[in-house]
Amino acid sequence: MLETVIKRDRDYGTPARVSEQTVTLTIDGQAVTVPAGTSVMRAAAEAGISIPKLCATDSLEAFGSCRLCLVEIDGRRGYPASCTTPAEAGMVVRTETSKLRDLRRGVMELYISDHPLDCLTCAANGDCELQDMAGVVGLRDVRYGYQGANHLDDAKDESNPYFTYDPAKCIVCNRCVRACEETQGTFALTISGRGFGSRVSAGQDQPFMESECVSCGACVQACPTATLQEKSIIEMGQSEHSVLTTCAYCGVGCGFKAEMKGQEVVRMTPWKDGQANRGHSCVKGRFAWGYTTHKERVLKPMIRKRISDPWQEVSWDEAIRYAASEFRRIQAENGRDSIGGITSSRCTNEETYLVQKLVRAAFGTNNVDTCARVCHSPTGYGLKQTLGESAGTQTFDSVMHTDVAVVMGANPSSAHPVFASRLKRRLREGARLIVIDPRRIELVSSPHIKADYHLQVRPGTNTALLSSLAHVIVTEGLVNEAFVSGRCEAKSFQDWRDFVARPENSPEAMEEVTGVPADQVRGAARLYATGGNAAIYYGLGVTEHSQGSTTVMGIANLAMATGNIGREGVGVNPLRGQNNVQGSCDMGSFPHELPGYRHISDPVVRGAFEADWGVTLQPEPGLRITNMFDAALSGTFKGLYLQGEDIVQSDPNTQHVASALSAMECIVVQDLFLNETAKYAHVFLPGSSFLEKDGTFTNAERRISRVRKVMEPRNGLSDWEVTVALSNALGYPMNYTHPSQIMDEIARLTPTFAGVTYEKIDRLGSVQWPCNDEAPEGTPIMHVDEFVRGKGRFLITKYVPSDERSTRKYPLLLTTGRILSQYNVGAQTRRTANVMWHSEDLLEIHPQDAEDRGIVEGDWVGVQSRAGETVLRAMVTDRVPPGVVYTTFHFPESGANVVTTDSSDWATNCPEYKVTAVQAVRVTQPSEWQKRWSRFSEIQRQLLRERMRESETM
Amino acid sequence: MEIDNLIRMANRIGDFFDAMPDREQAVADVASHIQKFWEPRMRNELLAFLARQPDGDAGKVRLSPILLEAVNANKERLTPAS
Repeated sequence: MLETVIKRDRDYGTPARVSEQTVTLTIDGQAVTVPAGTSVMRAAAEAGISIPKLCATDSLEAFGSCRLCLVEIDGRRGYPASCTTPAEAGMVVRTETSKLRDLRRGVMELYISDHPLDCLTCAANGDCELQDMAGVVGLRDVRYGYQGANHLDDAKDESNPYFTYDPAKCIVCNRCVRACEETQGTFALTISGRGFGSRVSAGQDQPFMESECVSCGACVQACPTATLQEKSIIEMGQSEHSVLTTCAYCGVGCGFKAEMKGQEVVRMTPWKDGQANRGHSCVKGRFAWGYTTHKERVLKPMIRKRISDPWQEVSWDEAIRYAASEFRRIQAENGRDSIGGITSSRCTNEETYLVQKLVRAAFGTNNVDTCARVCHSPTGYGLKQTLGESAGTQTFDSVMHTDVAVVMGANPSSAHPVFASRLKRRLREGARLIVIDPRRIELVSSPHIKADYHLQVRPGTNTALLSSLAHVIVTEGLVNEAFVSGRCEAKSFQDWRDFVARPENSPEAMEEVTGVPADQVRGAARLYATGGNAAIYYGLGVTEHSQGSTTVMGIANLAMATGNIGREGVGVNPLRGQNNVQGSCDMGSFPHELPGYRHISDPVVRGAFEADWGVTLQPEPGLRITNMFDAALSGTFKGLYLQGEDIVQSDPNTQHVASALSAMECIVVQDLFLNETAKYAHVFLPGSSFLEKDGTFTNAERRISRVRKVMEPRNGLSDWEVTVALSNALGYPMNYTHPSQIMDEIARLTPTFAGVTYEKIDRLGSVQWPCNDEAPEGTPIMHVDEFVRGKGRFLITKYVPSDERSTRKYPLLLTTGRILSQYNVGAQTRRTANVMWHSEDLLEIHPQDAEDRGIVEGDWVGVQSRAGETVLRAMVTDRVPPGVVYTTFHFPESGANVVTTDSSDWATNCPEYKVTAVQAVRVTQPSEWQKRWSRFSEIQRQLLRERMRESETM
Repeated sequence: MEIDNLIRMANRIGDFFDAMPDREQAVADVASHIQKFWEPRMRNELLAFLARQPDGDAGKVRLSPILLEAVNANKERLTPAS
């Protein structure tokens, strides 16, 4: 039998409570047992009894305004609201009586007396709780009539590109306001006016787009009527089936229901039971999925001999055969190691596994790398050295048990919004906050949130700051001696302790270096060490530095020294950027490691893969991305298979990257769009989006979740099928028919994944690795009884100044970051309505620095470094301290990376994006690079257009 | 591959391990790091440079003392397999 009506998730009315105590009460003659603190409404719902409700929804605390959910309770006067009444032992509740029926009908009469009667043509028809309640209470007429004052002519607010606010339909249930407060934490909405005049107000009665609204959609989701409605629903109507999948944007990895009509997505709604996001999402995941059907998507394979030639559209067979033959030719002429591959952190685990397998087994080289190189590779190195595993230690849920949160080098409000909302919820409950960042990020001061300490560290001096924090902990007797002696290596601790205790590491001595006042450092250190459960959350402001790995080790040192590892509420939490960057690292995308973070030189591990794959593998590490460019320029690296990565836009020193690519003979790009790198490519293989494939993503919590195909790939093949075809064309057979087989192979060969199967993921919703015999259902918290390496290891973190220092010629320090509405190189988000929030990258500059240079808001500013020059428009703000400028990298024409240099982390070559010495001058025209880029891009677009004309005339 | 760049990268590796109190361990760790993470081409170039220029001086940059010690004491294991 066909399901034609979408099943809505069960809404229990009020949030679940966790308690060791239970209470048993009687509802409508039924005995119901629930945790103490549960509302009567929820207790009834769990027993299958739906008490009518409008202002209650189980993602929000009870409000008690609509008065529909009244019940009768023996021994209590009147008609208590079941949503605000906690269940108590021995209670006897009746949910339906004739008096309750009259009361409820009366409430609905009042609502409907000021509500349009256009149900049949309303966008919420079929998914409207007001409609449902009118039906449930048996409303037949409205005795007040419809001639009185009403709001039916209130104007719609269509300013937001994704949803409409229609006040005429609003019943002022306050769900949207509460969602913006409790779920999102932005507090953009309120009710203005009183009584009849009460209206939902965004900002100060402003259109949504002009208010503080960040378009997360929580209000739209909470709204029971058509008042806040997705424009896609208005256009397309209700969906007919939905498929659970995982978001393809950031490392939170929100679970989503893709609501479909046939093969078209109607809307994406967050999955209530998603363990990473718990029913919440951000503007990108919820609304910015339109890029999958954008007209700029390239859907047919193309080849060309030289990058100055027009593209030739060809069949899949021909493109694959050409790529394979070119790779083999290059190897024959230049040696086995003259080609390599880059895996994608956007693609699934199965797909990245196959790319690294293709490079190792089919190409026969270890020249494979992934974008983690340029973001969290120091996390991999640093945490492996200290704790024994290259991953974060907690779940996101763990933050709800944190007493002191440290946010270092991260801006979760922009880059991990759903996690930021959870953190803010915890902070509003009383947890303390230490922010370590040169910029005044949103978390420092926002509604109901104020950081206890904002350590405005000078870019490039993180390690010095951490050493001084450690100095305080060690010299003031704040070390958790019991934890350290029980769980850590004594000698390494002793050496470390002696090192940090040195006077040159004191906050007073380091103040000159870091720019942070000593008393602030002392205060923050004491708070971290003694404030209770303390957790460190960090991002690329820690890793993208010349001492990135050192700083990560410094973080682990602090956590171990204070015993903040191995339970809920604490830990070391790298906020991984991309949807599957954790996964691509897990899958052995690094040139020196096989899946599971085991070095390629280990003969036992290598032997296991050789036996399974039927090839001999090279024992020496391969080239990292940065080394590939150098090798290309020296003529020893000539071919590259690049899946889902735009190195020309995202890697530093753009001119260097472009020269390197121009020196190569066969660049194969597999992507959705003709991105910056594809302009230098010889073979273009159209890729598939996350909606067009099956597989798994692994988020920052090590959580492996399913990605499910909701539509057939518009380009004809899922990304993994393309890699299989290429491998077969190269002569290395791959016979997979479904991604689950690839996961089975991964599980066979990787001890931390040994227990992972699609069946288990389906059953549990998601699984956090390690998942094996010791932990058959996965591992939420790591290093509980002992560290993965046995005993924790302390490492000495001596401050070494970066080569990028401010000088007379380049007196300012440029740092980079992300914003909420755009994602990384913007390939996806620039092709959605998100450009309404951010249509160009701007240069944030402090008022003093601006005044010194005669720069005012909106001026064109030339930003020059030793690597190059670009021009950006100025935004004068005191969010950055004097001496520091900031920009984002979402638009290729901004050329932010023309300016960044080859300075990189000593251990991993992770580029030092966060510290570039620059000068800023007021200019009147674009930079030379921008002019050249414009010309080059126009030529490449022309070559693409010429291809299209060919296929039309054929 | 540009030797100046390789020397700079190598020196920075040395900077980290230089802070370790146990000198012998630190020298061994420098060598291990290069062996584990540097592709054969890069190691060959470094070894060839040192063979030409035993004092580690490349003009604009020079190899730091800990690097000289580490590479000289571990030439065999730093030499790529094939």
